Amino acid sequence: MSVSLWRQLTRGLRALTRRSAVDQEVADEVRDYLDRATAEYVARGLQPEEAYRAARLELGNVTSVSQQVRESGWENLLETLIADLRYAARRLVAEPGFATVTVLTLAVGVGSTTAIFSALNPILFQPLPYPDAGRIMMVWDIFTDGSRADVTFGTYQELLERSRSFEALAVVKPWQPTLIGTTEPERLEGQSVSSTFFRVLGVPPALGRDFQASDDRAGAPRVVILSEGLWRRRLGGDRTVVGRSITLGDDPYVVIGVMPPGFENVLDPSATLWTPLQYDMSQDRAWGHHLRMLGRLRPGVGTDEAAAELARIAGTPVREFARVPWASLKNGLTVNSLQDDVTRGVRPALLIILGAVVVVLVIACVNVTNLLLARGVRRRAEFALRAALGAGSTRLIRQLLTESLLLALLGGAVGMAVAMLGVRALIALSPPELPRVHAIAVDSSVFAFGLGLTTLIGLAFGLTPALQAARSDQHQELQHGSSRTSSGHRRTRSALVVAEVALALVLLVSSGLLLRSLQQLFAVAPGFQSSRLITMQVQTSGHRFDEDSTTYRFFEQALEAVRQVPGVTAAALTSQLPLSGDMDIYGVHFESSPTQRAEEDHSAFRYAVSPGYLETMRIPLRRGRLLDEHDRSGAPLVALINESYARREFPGIDPVGQRLRIGPMDSPLYTIVGVVGDVKQVSLAISQSDAVYTTPSQWRFADNVMSLVVRTRRDPTALVPAIRQAVWSVDKDQPIVRVATMDDLVAASAAERRFALILVEAFALAALVLAAAGIYGVLSGRVAERTREIGVRSALGASRGNILALVVGQGMTLTGVGISIGLAGAALASEIMVALLFGVSHLDPVAYLGAMMLLATVAVIACSVPAWRAARVDPASTLRAE
Amino acid sequence: VDQPNTDVIQGTLDMLILKTVSLQPMHGFGIARRIEQVSRGSFKVNPGSLLTALQRLERAGCLDAAWRQTENSRRAKFYSLTRTGRKQLEVETADWTRRVTAVARLLKAEA
Repeated sequence: MSVSLWRQLTRGLRALTRRSAVDQEVADEVRDYLDRATAEYVARGLQPEEAYRAARLELGNVTSVSQQVRESGWENLLETLIADLRYAARRLVAEPGFATVTVLTLAVGVGSTTAIFSALNPILFQPLPYPDAGRIMMVWDIFTDGSRADVTFGTYQELLERSRSFEALAVVKPWQPTLIGTTEPERLEGQSVSSTFFRVLGVPPALGRDFQASDDRAGAPRVVILSEGLWRRRLGGDRTVVGRSITLGDDPYVVIGVMPPGFENVLDPSATLWTPLQYDMSQDRAWGHHLRMLGRLRPGVGTDEAAAELARIAGTPVREFARVPWASLKNGLTVNSLQDDVTRGVRPALLIILGAVVVVLVIACVNVTNLLLARGVRRRAEFALRAALGAGSTRLIRQLLTESLLLALLGGAVGMAVAMLGVRALIALSPPELPRVHAIAVDSSVFAFGLGLTTLIGLAFGLTPALQAARSDQHQELQHGSSRTSSGHRRTRSALVVAEVALALVLLVSSGLLLRSLQQLFAVAPGFQSSRLITMQVQTSGHRFDEDSTTYRFFEQALEAVRQVPGVTAAALTSQLPLSGDMDIYGVHFESSPTQRAEEDHSAFRYAVSPGYLETMRIPLRRGRLLDEHDRSGAPLVALINESYARREFPGIDPVGQRLRIGPMDSPLYTIVGVVGDVKQVSLAISQSDAVYTTPSQWRFADNVMSLVVRTRRDPTALVPAIRQAVWSVDKDQPIVRVATMDDLVAASAAERRFALILVEAFALAALVLAAAGIYGVLSGRVAERTREIGVRSALGASRGNILALVVGQGMTLTGVGISIGLAGAALASEIMVALLFGVSHLDPVAYLGAMMLLATVAVIACSVPAWRAARVDPASTLRAE
Repeated sequence: VDQPNTDVIQGTLDMLILKTVSLQPMHGFGIARRIEQVSRGSFKVNPGSLLTALQRLERAGCLDAAWRQTENSRRAKFYSLTRTGRKQLEVETADWTRRVTAVARLLKAEA
């Protein structure tokens, strides 16, 4: 066994490396046979010449016997393969245009599909990185308008006791502690969680212990669990850190655990440390809608069962769990999987991108098919000749397979590069709300699928010339050379071009619609002037700010210092900043609203703003007055509301002088002193803008996180260091984060649409180029086939113009048919885009006309090159060539 | 005129070669003639198939090959049976015998 294997290997390698010596040996052996046979015939009494002839007759063709012996080894297959590859490479080099276009088409198709699927796979399709991730659910309260809302601690307590569907329920809220260490203070992103949080996710700490119920009682010792990244970065990966304490703000926290390295926190990927929530029902905040609730279903319990149970609980209040009016659960609760929740915002954009890339892949396949069919026609004569010279059909097929595989291989290699660059570009372009970005990597199975698909197509259509050569009348083929093509063949290729054009139009229309949406979106006035505004978040941390007055004083002094910075024209503070992701909503009760709606229906963004905020933002005053320095604690409580809110609540009545309550019924009444313009808080596309403004000192507690907005004379970013220094001149320990110009925030609020637009645009461009290549290829082929006919035509008096018109006309007929089919396709396909459109109908004529004109223009250009070639056909030389 | 079929029965060439070489080392021509003689002309070996089979058997380790001087100082490639070849021959012979017996029995039964 091993002997034979060894011999196979050594003999084969020897044959490969020392071909001539081995050939000589075989020839010697055959020669020896011939000599001995001749000698034997002589011995039998034949004349030497007759004996030689008889021996030759017995042996057969000496050369073919030698060849038969030589070809029996495995090395022969390898040699043929190398020869085929060499020949294939020569063929490709001889047709650089064909080779480049095919390889690039394959690369674009396979590469972009791989990149997109790689990016979307972890987001849309792969389960989240937790054990039995499908059982992790999010639970939401529902507002009267049907929107989902964070739950209150009260609701959580009730569900903990009453619900049986969940193995564990947890609540979580953001927490931003300041880490005090040897270096400068650093504000960290973290989460305050109930002790069950990691049990719901199913991932315990790798080092130390998980939270216990006893950690989560109000007043329990402060403990913290760190992410592996933070532990390495700030604590040097010291394993003895468990049990020691670190300082967050002014307080020591005992480190009780470190999470494992791969732990992904999909609810807030930036969170690096966790501490127990330590709520109880005696606290005011127990009834605030500010907690995310998640739960792990018991094995065997479905989402529907859980939803039904929660609906039952919501509908049957019990005495032990008295509810407040704004958390009465009268609209029920909603349950959805964590996976859905994470992808909710981006899903429509991602599905559209996915659709676009699939269209590109289809166009790429169509194009490769077309190119190979055209090439097959060109090579019919060659294959007829080779068949006539004795090449077996298996040999011809093997040759073509080799060529197709070589093309696929080259396309695959370039495609892989496209995929890797594409994935990198995608990550760079991704909108901030794209979840699980760091889980994105080039997906080899998708790559294999794409490459396999295009290779199969290459194999199937690449073989046609060999099959034709094997089937058809070689004599006739040789005679006619490549001048004739069956009309069926031509129809196939025309149909393919029509398909390409139609698909390209669908993509062009889609990207046109997105472009128009983005245009419309940026035309939306945010309600303030965003130019030359710089924003940053300032936070107070430490026990010296336990007294609200200290916080007020710090912010007032900091603001005063910032106003002194040269180049600053105005500055102000606000508790929530428009378009920044801040979302602080309170129930508002009007003392005497003529509309008399139920209390929880009135909710509005609550802004605590320093006097001068509306002026700094240039939010216009419509009625009454703005807030000023006199509106401080002790003075009459005053508030501003925005104009559309005022119009809705007080139709035909002057809202100035009316009174309202913000939050619970026992809170004081504010008098409306002014009405200001509407502001986009959440995003440009969302018109929800009901707002109530008060001054910080008239609000019932001191916000310890405020956003500074500064209007500057020139480039606002240049002033950032000076503004920071001004704040730190008041207190150097207060962290400043989220520095951004208002223009950037406006742009970022359209990031998801822009992301979809860039990708769909890129794919539409690729589709356009591929379609143009398809039109060009088919027309070039036809012109080449019809050189004789064109020669005859011009000999008979057709002008160059006639011939140009003939060829361009043919190309544009195909384009026209493609466009008509594409229009219908686009009208259907654009319906799924409605979620991403803004301010335009999915049948927006501008987008459709623009796409058609662009495609038609490119098609004319693609037609004109072969048409020009046709017009320059010299009738004399073509006719002579016959 | 119908010529009798002198092709070697398919699949038996290897066995015939191994058997022939088992007596003494031989060159290709010698093997061909020997098979013809012993079969009394029933089988004529095709030289191309023979030389290919020899190369295959050599690679499979059933035969050893060596160039040797013969009479009047000519060189020839001599094949000799190896241990592997001998085992292979036994296996093939047993298999062949079994099948021939079976066919013979069937033919007798028909008659």
